[in-house]
Amino acid sequence: MGISTLLFLALTGSAGWAFSRKVRLIRAKINLGQPVDRQDRSGERWATMARVALGQSKMGAKPLPALLHLLVYVGFVLINIEVLEMLVDGIAGTHRFFQPYLGSVYTAALHFFEVLAFLVLAACVVFLTRRFVSRVPRLQHPDLAGFPQKDATTILVVEVVLMGALLLMNAAEAALPGGTTYVISGFLVPLLSGLSESSLHAVVTGAWWFHWVGILAFLNYLPYSKHFHIVLAFPNTYYSKLTPKGQLDSMPSVTHEVKAMLDPSYAPPAGDAPARFGAKDVVDLHWVNLLNAYTCTECGRCTEACPANQTGKKLSPRRIMMATRDRLENYQPEDGLSLLDHGISREELWACTTCNACTEACPIGIDPLDIIVQMRQYIVMEESGAPHGLNAMMTNLENNGAPWPFAQADKGRWAQELN
Amino acid sequence: MGDTLTIRTVAEFAAAGELPEVVFWTGCAGSFDDRAKKITKAFARLLHKSGVSFAILGSEEGCTGDPAKRAGNEFLFQMQALQNIEVLNAYGIQSLVTACPHCFNTLKNEYPALGGHYSVKHHTQFLQELLQSGRLRVEGGKFEGKKIVYHDPCYLGRANGEYEAPRAVLAALEGEMLEMKRSRKNGLCCGAGGAQMFKEPEPGRQDINVARTEEALALQPDIIATGCPFCNTMLTDGTKHFQQEGNVEVLDIAELIARADDLV
Ligand code: HEM
Ligand code: SF4
Ligand code: SF4
Repeated sequence: MGISTLLFLALTGSAGWAFSRKVRLIRAKINLGQPVDRQDRSGERWATMARVALGQSKMGAKPLPALLHLLVYVGFVLINIEVLEMLVDGIAGTHRFFQPYLGSVYTAALHFFEVLAFLVLAACVVFLTRRFVSRVPRLQHPDLAGFPQKDATTILVVEVVLMGALLLMNAAEAALPGGTTYVISGFLVPLLSGLSESSLHAVVTGAWWFHWVGILAFLNYLPYSKHFHIVLAFPNTYYSKLTPKGQLDSMPSVTHEVKAMLDPSYAPPAGDAPARFGAKDVVDLHWVNLLNAYTCTECGRCTEACPANQTGKKLSPRRIMMATRDRLENYQPEDGLSLLDHGISREELWACTTCNACTEACPIGIDPLDIIVQMRQYIVMEESGAPHGLNAMMTNLENNGAPWPFAQADKGRWAQELN
Repeated sequence: MGDTLTIRTVAEFAAAGELPEVVFWTGCAGSFDDRAKKITKAFARLLHKSGVSFAILGSEEGCTGDPAKRAGNEFLFQMQALQNIEVLNAYGIQSLVTACPHCFNTLKNEYPALGGHYSVKHHTQFLQELLQSGRLRVEGGKFEGKKIVYHDPCYLGRANGEYEAPRAVLAALEGEMLEMKRSRKNGLCCGAGGAQMFKEPEPGRQDINVARTEEALALQPDIIATGCPFCNTMLTDGTKHFQQEGNVEVLDIAELIARADDLV
């Protein structure tokens, strides 16, 4: 086994190990969440995943980013076939392992991959332009100050560089005697014309290694980034809510208590009272909320559609997801912090109209509203901390069965006013 | 004005050993709010005119609990819900119709888990069926040339995917239908949902109802139509904000149909 094969195996093996370790850590974080049954209706769930994640069906609401994303997405998936060959080459110490077996099919595939690589590169450049030149408001937004904006930039720049390395490698090979010229990298060949044969070999090897190490580094960066959506988009859409958007789930533990109040002979089943009603911290949320937080692409389509945000309120559904992820990443039991007040303020929570514009806008089936409602439940049921107007409404409801100070006894009075 | 109309309660039906075809769930706004009561009355007249045998629960109808639930008070919500379900189930009621999308959503989606299983319709869906079956006929001429823009209530639209029934009913008026840029699943909230109706808005640049009314007024409509008593209040306040209340009417779909038929 040559030294380069050893190096390859060592690098690839440790990168794979580090990645799987981080993935397991994230899995454990997500499992800190409360149980929720999303194992039902599996046929519909597979169909949702196929449509929304695989088929990108909700991206189309914005045609330009949808097209750009489709290029990156399809390019990434197909170019991975070539990455597979790199893996084989690295292990076997070969170069272009499949070429002798596939002949002209191989050449055709490489032309095709080059076109894809170019489209990915171009799409990423346009993505960067939208962020920093045309400054699309949802991509230049206070939510993204600091790491999130750097994160987005890193991903796009790395994609450009990786695709560039791939094309450069092919160009250097084409410049060698007897080399095949491919459709895109052919344009780069003149740039390399002054180089000696040995320099060209060095460029090929260098670009190959650069690309491979880049892939490994990128793989390990993924789980720290919004870019992890490329993996989590699939489970996230699978486990997304299938019931009508307007339906908020019932709390069975409350049902038992209320039934016992209404009927003293009712015996609630023992031992199912939750530690607390609603959510104060990330671990009070259910695991799909936490999966949602790790999946969010920070695209801001939800915030752009949010009526509260549009009218200048502090609430931003994207920030709800980002704050949940940040808190979960740093969560320690009993650390004196919590999602409520430290990550998300009450002012944000009370500004929500529960209009579902955010859940409609999200292209990956994320539900910020569910988190908002659970946090309101904590504030109201554990702290009686609702804003004044709501307390008045609830007092009326308790006393007269109506949110206003009118007696339920008069509920049919309008019918007498008809004639 | 329509002819005299006596509305019977479910209890009265039960005492006579009968069950109505449908129970009209009037909701709190529809029973107590002066503006919303007009919608309730208009819809009752339309039911009567169509020969639908319907009843109300009257004093036996409690709040569905929607505002408590959205405010985060699951206890209070379930107190209301379980009491309502007990009443409805005791009478053996199967179908409900309501002119409030919030009641509609709660009854339809949130009562089943608590033991309340009913066929629930929003009044625009019910009106569409009455029109389709020919039980209700509308004279279109009155609204000729009138520009009507429909505002999608969140709890009918996005929450329950009903965008077409209200539009189909409005089409019977033969007015000139306009669409806002943000409509159907992209519709902008009026600002009332999630119990916002009962509290002061958080600090911001603008009130949501003003933003929404501004969008509707930009189309220079004669009528802003909606299917929710809360949207109605919010958009009416919006027209007042722009001093347009004299030029633009905010009306429920039931009121428009009733007006076409000289029922109100
Ligand atoms: C599997 C390969 C995938 C790749 C390589 C990929 C790549 C990317 C990249 C590079 C961006 C960044 C755009 C920017 O920062 O401006 C992005 C954004 C995004 N991706 Fe993916 N993605 C993949 C899969 C998916 C899937 C399956 C979905 C599910 C629908 C998805 C949804 C999104 C969304 C919603 C955004 C934000 C786009 C926007 O700004 O509107 N991605 N993706
Ligand atoms: S449901 Fe709440 S957070 Fe989501 S868009 Fe509507 S107001 Fe904003
Ligand atoms: S929740 Fe969805 S729409 Fe909102 S930023 Fe995240 S991915 Fe985008």
